[in-house]
Parts: sequence; C-alpha cells; structure tokens
Amino acid sequence: MPETSLSNRTIDVYIRRYNPERDARPRWQRFTLAVARGMTVLDGLHRIREEQDPTVVFRYSCRMSVCGSCAMLINGRPALACNTQIADVASERLTLAPLPNFDIIKDLVPDLAPLFQKHRAVQPYIQRADMEEVEKPTGEFYQSPKELERYLQFAYCIKCGSCMAGCPTLAADPEYPGPMPLAQAYRYSADSRDSGFDERKVQAGASHGVFRCHYAGECSNVCPKGVDPARALQLMKRELVLDYLRLRRKRCPASVLRVPGEARRNPDVPAPPPYTV
Amino acid sequence: MRETKYWIWHLAAGVLILFLLGLHMAIMHLDSLFGAWGLNPSGGEAIAWNNVVARSRMAAMIVVYIALLGAALYHGFYGLRTIVFELGIGPALQKAVTVGLWTAGLCLFVLGAIAAIAAGRL
Ligand code: SF4
Ligand code: FES
Repeated sequence: MPETSLSNRTIDVYIRRYNPERDARPRWQRFTLAVARGMTVLDGLHRIREEQDPTVVFRYSCRMSVCGSCAMLINGRPALACNTQIADVASERLTLAPLPNFDIIKDLVPDLAPLFQKHRAVQPYIQRADMEEVEKPTGEFYQSPKELERYLQFAYCIKCGSCMAGCPTLAADPEYPGPMPLAQAYRYSADSRDSGFDERKVQAGASHGVFRCHYAGECSNVCPKGVDPARALQLMKRELVLDYLRLRRKRCPASVLRVPGEARRNPDVPAPPPYTV
Repeated sequence: MRETKYWIWHLAAGVLILFLLGLHMAIMHLDSLFGAWGLNPSGGEAIAWNNVVARSRMAAMIVVYIALLGAALYHGFYGLRTIVFELGIGPALQKAVTVGLWTAGLCLFVLGAIAAIAAGRL
C-alpha cells in the first residue's frame, strides 16, 4: 500500500470476532493501529491481519466501491471499508462489526445469501415478450434520456447490503424483502425496455412487501453509492396504487432501433476510433 | 394485489377520519358557529343533553357517525394487522389474523351502527 506520509497517530481498533462453530457469542478484540494518511478501513484491516492477527476474517474484492463485498458496520454505521478513510471516522477509537440483519459467517463477514435470494425473487432483469431479441440482439432498444432518468440512480446499486443493515423494518420482520430488492423491483419496472411489472408486483405488493416500509429512510442515509432506495419504494407504492386503480399507463416496451448503420453522421460528432479487439 | 387494496383503503380511511373528526371537533367546540346551522337547537353548549339528542336524530349526523366508526375501525384494525404481521408470523397465521380482525371489525361496526341508528329514536 503506497503511503504518502505516516501521521504517527495510533488508534484503538475494536473488531467484533465471532466464529459460529466455536464461540457461544461474539466478543470484541482490541488492536492498536498506526494510522497513515489516506488509510482506508480496509487497508487498516489488512495491516492488522499482516502484523497482528492473521485470523481476522473480512471480505473484499475490488477495493474501489464497485463490488459491494466489504460493507460492514464502521463505528456503528453501515459503510464500505474500502471507501471509508479511517481519519474521517475515528480519531482515537474505531469499532468494526459485521452488518446487522444478517447471520454471521465469521468475524466481519455477513451471510448475504438471503439478500441475493430476495433480490432474485423480484426478477431483477429485463422481461419482455420478445426475449429472443434480448438474448440475441439484432439492434438496440430505443430509450430516451428522459426514460433513462427514471431509473438511472437505482441502477448504481452495487448490492452491498448496507441499506438492508440499516433498515429497522427488516430488523423486525425477516420476511420483508428489504430496501435493495424492492428498489430493484422498481428499477426494472421503471425501465422503458421492460414489461415485467405484472410479475414483480406480486412480490412487491405482497403482505410483507413494499407497504411494510415505515419511511425510516435510513436505507438512503447509509447507501455508499448515493442511491435513494427509500424513494424507489415510495415510487413502487405509487405504481402499485395506480395499477390497482387502473390508472397506470400501459406502455409497450421500447422497440428495437436498427438504424445506426444507416444513419448519417452529424459532422460535429467525431467518428469513433477503430476497434482494437 | 390484496395488500395494495387494503393499503389504499387505509389511506382513504385516514383522510376520511381527518375530515370527519375535524367536523366532530368543530361541532363540539365551535358551538356558536355551528349552533347557527341548527346543530345546537336548544342553544347553550354543544354537549348539553338536548343538543346531543337533537343531533342524534338528524339523518346526516347518523351517516357521519357511522362513516366515522367504519373509517376508524378499518384504519385502526389495519394498523393492528400490520403490527401483528411484523412479528414475523407465517402465512397461515396471517390469514387467521386477517379473518379474525375482519370479523371483529364487522361485529363492532354493526354494533356501533345499530347504536347510532337507535340513538335516532331517543
Ligand atoms: S441501495 Fe445502496 S446500500 Fe443498498 S445495496 Fe444498493 S448500493 Fe448498497
Ligand atoms: S472491496 Fe469492493 S466495494 Fe469494497
């Protein structure tokens, strides 16, 4: 890890340790860590593992807020370890624990299987009658910038589970799908290329569905990608209500646009560089 | 879809309660204003026995009382159902709770409606 300057500051890092196969309950273990400028929580964990205790378990992959693997409770708040700088959250003491609302696999690693199951249940993919066009595209589905805007921010979700960890409804009701799956149900239903709302509304409008949201808004508060799942849930409620009242505008999913090859290039737009692969 | 239906009615009942309860409070506390509309025919305070009886005999007030009763029962019982569901009960128990609350709500509604209509004959 390249370090620009060592600040010589030492902090206490409390890590919640738990091995379900061996321990009756989780316990806190204290480490001391010399914090360097720019050091992220993930860097700090690597340092602890390399220099103090190789048995500390945590999950990560991309180190750049893209994969969503490293979400954990950092000083009591769900966040990504790889994009949280220690200096921003701790001056003397840093506590690290696994995401709540999930079972613990080991130490800082939550079991995200229920999250992915619930995500799959809302059918988070484009559905349309002409699925062969999706599988073997002959062109591009037309989508205007305005149509893109309807769901774009929800498409930035990296499925890190922070919103699920912050959701008080999910804490009380494990049957509740949670903010991420419900936001994704809206994300696909709002996509002009999709016509799968009728399938998704069964899950989203079920007795443990979107109407159980208490508007706590904590999901949007903690999302490290700036997604606003709470908003998606309210928009999904609106879609369900409009659908029930038969006021939801039925739209044909976007049609295939086959013209790019035939279109004349705007002289102000430079030609793309030649293919390299 | 049933949940969507229940939720829409829950919202509608909330709006109705807001309006009817507002009306009720206004009648109770703005007696000088509503008295002029014939809602306090005996004059004086709105809660005076003669005024209460007179209002109970008005068809419009009977409708208001029954509508307020229905809206309050539905709104409250839906909220109770939500709280019970959040205890994480299974589908069979959910169904039992829904049927139980519907039955209790309807019984209370019928009882209250009979009382409101009977009060019209005081
Ligand atoms: S909505 Fe945000 S917090 Fe929730 S899973 Fe997606 S990226 Fe993570
Ligand atoms: S390691 Fe991929 S998001 Fe943190």
